Amino acid sequence: MLLSTRDLTKSFPGTLALDRVSFDLKAGEVHALLGENGAGKSTLIKCLTGAYRRDSGDILFEGEPVFPQSTLEAQAIGIGTVYQEVNLLPNLTVAENLTLGHQPTRFGMIRPRATQALAQEMLAGYGLDIDVRRPLESYSVAVQQIVAIARAVHLSGRVLILDEPTASLDAREVQMLFDVVRDLRVRGLGIIFISHFLDQVFEISDSLTILRNGRHIATHPAADVDRMQLITLMLGRELAEETAVRHRPEVTGTSADAIRFTGVGRRGRIAPFDLTVRKGEVIGMAGLLGSGRTESAEVLFGAVASDSGTVEDASGPVDLRNPRSAIAAGFAFAPEDRKTDGIIAELSVRENIILALQARQGWARPIPQAEQQRMANDYIARLDIRTPDAEKPVGLLSGGNQQKVILARWLATNPRFLILDEPTRGIDVGAHAEILRLIEDVVAQGMSILVISSELEELVAVSHRVIVVRDRQHVSELTGDDVSPDTILRAIAAPHTTLEAAE
Amino acid sequence: MNIRALPLYATIAIFLLAYLVCYLQFPAMLSTRVIGNLLTDNAYLGIVAVGMTVVIISGGIDLSVGSVIAFSGVFIAVLLRETGLHPLAVFALLLAITTLFGAAMGGMIHLLAMPPFIVTLAGMFLARGAGYMLTIDSVPIDHAFYETMQRAYYLMPGKGRLTLLGGTMVASVILGMILLHRTKFGTNVYALGGGEATARLMGVAVGRTTVLIYAFSGLMAGLAGIVFSVYTSAGYPLATVGVELNAIAAVVIGGTLLTGGSGYMFGTLIGVLTMGLIQTYIVFDGTLSSWWTKIVIGALLLMFILLQKGLLRLRLSH
Amino acid sequence: MTGATLLRRIAPQLLTLAAVIVLVSIYYPAFYQIVYVNDRLVGIPIDVIKRGAPVALLAIGMTLVIATRGIDLSVGAVMAICGASAAWSIDQGYGIGAALGLAGAAGLVCGLWNGVLVAFFGIQPIVATLILMVAGRGIAQLITGGTILTFDSDTFSFLGSGTLLGVPVPTVIWILTGIGFGLLVRRTALGLLVESIGVNLRASTLAGINSRVLLVAVYMGSGFCAALAGVIATADIRGADANNAGLWLELDAILAVVIGGNSLLGGRFSILASLLGAMIIQTINTGILLAGFPSEFNLVIKAVLVIVILVLQSPRIVPYLELLTTRRQRVKAPATKMEAGK
Repeated sequence: MLLSTRDLTKSFPGTLALDRVSFDLKAGEVHALLGENGAGKSTLIKCLTGAYRRDSGDILFEGEPVFPQSTLEAQAIGIGTVYQEVNLLPNLTVAENLTLGHQPTRFGMIRPRATQALAQEMLAGYGLDIDVRRPLESYSVAVQQIVAIARAVHLSGRVLILDEPTASLDAREVQMLFDVVRDLRVRGLGIIFISHFLDQVFEISDSLTILRNGRHIATHPAADVDRMQLITLMLGRELAEETAVRHRPEVTGTSADAIRFTGVGRRGRIAPFDLTVRKGEVIGMAGLLGSGRTESAEVLFGAVASDSGTVEDASGPVDLRNPRSAIAAGFAFAPEDRKTDGIIAELSVRENIILALQARQGWARPIPQAEQQRMANDYIARLDIRTPDAEKPVGLLSGGNQQKVILARWLATNPRFLILDEPTRGIDVGAHAEILRLIEDVVAQGMSILVISSELEELVAVSHRVIVVRDRQHVSELTGDDVSPDTILRAIAAPHTTLEAAE
Repeated sequence: MNIRALPLYATIAIFLLAYLVCYLQFPAMLSTRVIGNLLTDNAYLGIVAVGMTVVIISGGIDLSVGSVIAFSGVFIAVLLRETGLHPLAVFALLLAITTLFGAAMGGMIHLLAMPPFIVTLAGMFLARGAGYMLTIDSVPIDHAFYETMQRAYYLMPGKGRLTLLGGTMVASVILGMILLHRTKFGTNVYALGGGEATARLMGVAVGRTTVLIYAFSGLMAGLAGIVFSVYTSAGYPLATVGVELNAIAAVVIGGTLLTGGSGYMFGTLIGVLTMGLIQTYIVFDGTLSSWWTKIVIGALLLMFILLQKGLLRLRLSH
Repeated sequence: MTGATLLRRIAPQLLTLAAVIVLVSIYYPAFYQIVYVNDRLVGIPIDVIKRGAPVALLAIGMTLVIATRGIDLSVGAVMAICGASAAWSIDQGYGIGAALGLAGAAGLVCGLWNGVLVAFFGIQPIVATLILMVAGRGIAQLITGGTILTFDSDTFSFLGSGTLLGVPVPTVIWILTGIGFGLLVRRTALGLLVESIGVNLRASTLAGINSRVLLVAVYMGSGFCAALAGVIATADIRGADANNAGLWLELDAILAVVIGGNSLLGGRFSILASLLGAMIIQTINTGILLAGFPSEFNLVIKAVLVIVILVLQSPRIVPYLELLTTRRQRVKAPATKMEAGK
C-alpha cells in the first residue's frame, strides 16, 4: 500500500468529524473520495496533509507511520495536494510559481534562463504549450490547475490529492486535466480524487470510498458500482427499505396569493426556471452538492440578482434587486454557511435576533430595549435556544443554537416566504427534530417555505412537493405520491439527458 | 500583453508627456542640468521610495521612514559635533541602527499579527521622539568630508552634474531592482503580496521575509537620512515631516499596486521623477503656487488607484 | 447598556486616566487647582479639556469609521480645508453663519468623497482616504492662497477661545458633539447596524442592512467632526493655517480610539471610551510640559502606549488572556457546556 490510514479519528468541539476511518491508496490508482458536505472528506485530507493534527489512529506511508505537521512536511514525505481554488500565486509568473523556493541561483542571484528552463522541464509531459514568463493569472483555471499539479508532483512525487479540481472547468478542460491524471497514474502515482461530479468520478476512478457523517461507509472498485448505488451510499438510505413517513397532499390553494417566479436565473450559476410558491406550502429542493440548489435560493432572495424573468404576486411585480428589497417583500433566507453568511458572531443573541427586523424598520425607528428583550426571550424559549442569557455573543453558541438564532431572526420579521438552505446540517439530533417541528408550525400559520436539504427522508417528511436540481438546472418536480426518497434518488441519479417531471 | 505591467507603461507615458509639455513651454528644461538637479533634489525621496516599494509590494506599509530620516540627520549631526568619529564610521553605525529598527518593526508585525500600518505608526512616533531627545534644535554639520561629498559629481554631456547624491539614488534604484527582480528574497516579497497564506503553503518563510522587508526599508531610510544630511548640511528633528506620504505617493504613481503583489522598482524611479518634475515646472513657471503640487499628486494617486482597481476587475472577469 | 456594563467597559480607560493624572500630579502638585477668575474657570484640568478638543472631536468620527473596519487618514487635511473655508468666508464678510455652514458642508463633502470610494468603488479605506490626506492640504492652501489667512471676528474666535458659564467653548463643543453622536447611535439603531457591518459585512447585507449607504454616512460623520475640529483650531488662533492645522492629528485620533479599547478590526465601539482616550493623550501632552520634561518625551511615550496596546489587542495574544475569563464563564454556565459536549 502506498498510503493508508488506520482508525483515523478527529473531533472538533461538538462534532466527531472523523470516526475511526481506515482507507487505502495503491500506487498507480485513482481513488475517488465521496460524500456530502460534512461527511469528513476535507477533514481526512487535512489530516493527511498535516493541516490538522489527528486525535488518534495512524497514517502509514509505504507501511511506515508518518506524522506530517504541516503541508510542507507532508510534501517532503511525498504527499502533494492541489485544491479547487488554485493554491498558487496569480501575480507571479508561471516559472516563478513552479520554482518558488528552489530557483536556480548563481552568487545569490536568480538565473532567469535557468529558472525558465527548469519550469519548462517541470511542465514537460503535461501537454501544455505556454509561455512560462507570463503571470499565472493570464492563463485559464485549467492551465493553472495543471501548473499546480506539476509543482506538487515535482515536489512530492508519490501521492497526489486533487480536491475538487474540476469545479470551475468546462468539459474540454476537464478532459485536458484527466489526460494529465491518467498519465500520472501510468507513472505510478497514487491519486486521491475528490469531486461532486459523479460522471467524472466514474470516468476517471479505479476505486471509490464513500464517507458519511465522519465514518467510512464502503470502498468498491469503480466498475462494481452504479450511479444509483453510489448515491444511495452517499445519502445513506437503503433503496429496498419502504418509506413510512409521509403523506402530504399537494397544496392546491388559490393561485391568487401565490408568488410566481417566471424564467428567473443567472447566467453561469443557475439556468432560468419557473416556480410558483403557494401560501402555506413547503417546497423541498433536492440535488447533490454543487448542483445549483444554493444558487437557486440566492436568486430567489435577490442575494444574486436574477438576470432574466419576472416575479409577481397578487398585487403585481415583486422587486428582488437585492436582499433589502426581498425582505421588504416579505422574503427571508437562512443561508447554508452560517458562519460567513448568517451570524454576526460578536453581537449578542438578542441583537442577532432583532437584526433583520431592525434593518427593515430603518435606523430611525429603533426597537425599544424592552421589546427587544421580550422578543429575544420569547424566541429563546420558543425555539429552545440553549444560551445562559440573551446577551451572550452568538459566536460562542453551538452550531444548532446559532441556526435557531438565525431562524428566530427571520421569524421575527414575520415573512410570507422563508428559504432554508440546509437548515439541519451539522446540528445535533435534538435540534434537528425541533427545527422540523418548527417548520410544521409556521406553515400551519400560512407561511410558505423552501427547504434545501441533502437528507431525503427529511425532505420527504416535510415537503408538499420536491424540485430536483442537477447540473445547474431544475430538472424535475415531484408531487403527490411521487415524493419519495426513491423517486428523488432516481431523478438525481438520472444520466445527463433531461428527465421530464416524473409523472 | 502583460496586464500587470500596464500601470508601469502608463507611468512612463505620463512622465514623457509631462516632460514634453514642460519642454514646449520652457525649452530650457530639456537639458542634462535639469535632469541632474532633478536627481539631486529628489535623491533622499528616491532612496526611501526604493525601500517603500519593497514594503508595499509585500502588501505592507511603512509610516516610520520620514521620522527615521529626521532621526538620522540629528544622529549624524550630534555625533559629529560631540565625538571625533569620522563621518563614515557614523554612517555605518547609523545604518546598523536603522536596519535593526526596521527589523524590529517587521518582527512585531509578524509576531503580533497586527496591521503594519499601526506598528509602523508606533515606529514613527518612536523615531521622531528619539530624534527630539538628541536635540530639539537644528544642528549644523561642519566637516571637511561633507564638503568633499557635496562637491563630488560626474559631469554629464551638456554640463549637467550627476552629483554623489543623485548617483547614490540611481545606485539604490539599481540595487532595489536587483533585489526585487533577481533574488529569491524578491520573489518571496511578491509571493507575500500575492497572498500570505498561499505563500506560506508554498514554503515561503513568512516571518523571516517580513523581518527582512522592514529591515531593508529601515536601511534605505537610514541611507536617505545620510543623503538628506549631506544635502542640507544639518540635522533637524522636525525635518522631513510627511516624507513617508510622498514616498507612498511616488510608489503608487510608479505603478505599484498599493495593496501589494504587483509593481516594478523602475516605476518608482519614474514616480519620483514625475513628482520632482511637477515641482520643477512650478519653479520654472513662477506664477503657479506650490500647493498645486499636492493637488496634482493627489489627482495622480486617484488615477492610479482607480486604474489598478479597473485592472483588477478586468483580471477577475476573465 | 446598563450602568454596570458601561462602567466595566470604560474601566481600563478610567484607570489609565487616573494613573496618568496621579503621575503628573507627583511632579506638579498644583495640577488639581481650579480657580474662577474673570468669569472663567482656570486650571490645568480645564486646559486639558480645552486643548484636547480637536483630537476628541476627530476621535468621535474615527470611532465610527473604525467600527466599520475602516480608517480615515484624511481627517487632519479635512480640518485644514474646513478651517480655511470658514476663515475665507469670514474674510469675505459673509458672516459667521455662512462660515460655519460652509465649513460643515466642506467636511460632509470630504466624507462623501471618502465614503463613495470605499463603499461604491470598493477601495480599501486606508488607500481611499490617503488620496484626500495628500491632496487635502493642497486644496486648503488653494483656499487660503498659501498664506495664514487671518481674520478679525470676535464672534468667530469666541468658538475657539470663549467661555460658556466659565467653561471653554471648545470643551462645550466636543462634549455636546460627543453626547449628540452618542445619542444618535445609541438612541437609534445606527450603532447596532454599524457594529453589525463591522463584524460581518456580508451577513449584514443578507440580513437587509443597507451597508453601502451606512458606510458613506459614517465617513460623512467623520468629515463633519473634522469640520468642527477645523473650525475650533481656526477660531483659536484667529487664522487658518493650511499647512499646520490638524497636522498629524489623524494619528492622535486613531490612537485615542485604540486607547479607548476599540478594535481596529471593527465591531463593538464606545465613543465615550474614545473620548477618554483623547483626554489621556492630552493629559500626557500637558503633563510632560508641566513636569518639566522636554516635550520630546511625548512621542516616545505615545509610541510605548501604542506598542502596549498592540500587544494587548494582538490576535496572537488575546486568546491567552481570554483563557482565564472563558474558563470562569464555562463553570458558571453548565447549560452551554452540556450543549458543547453533545
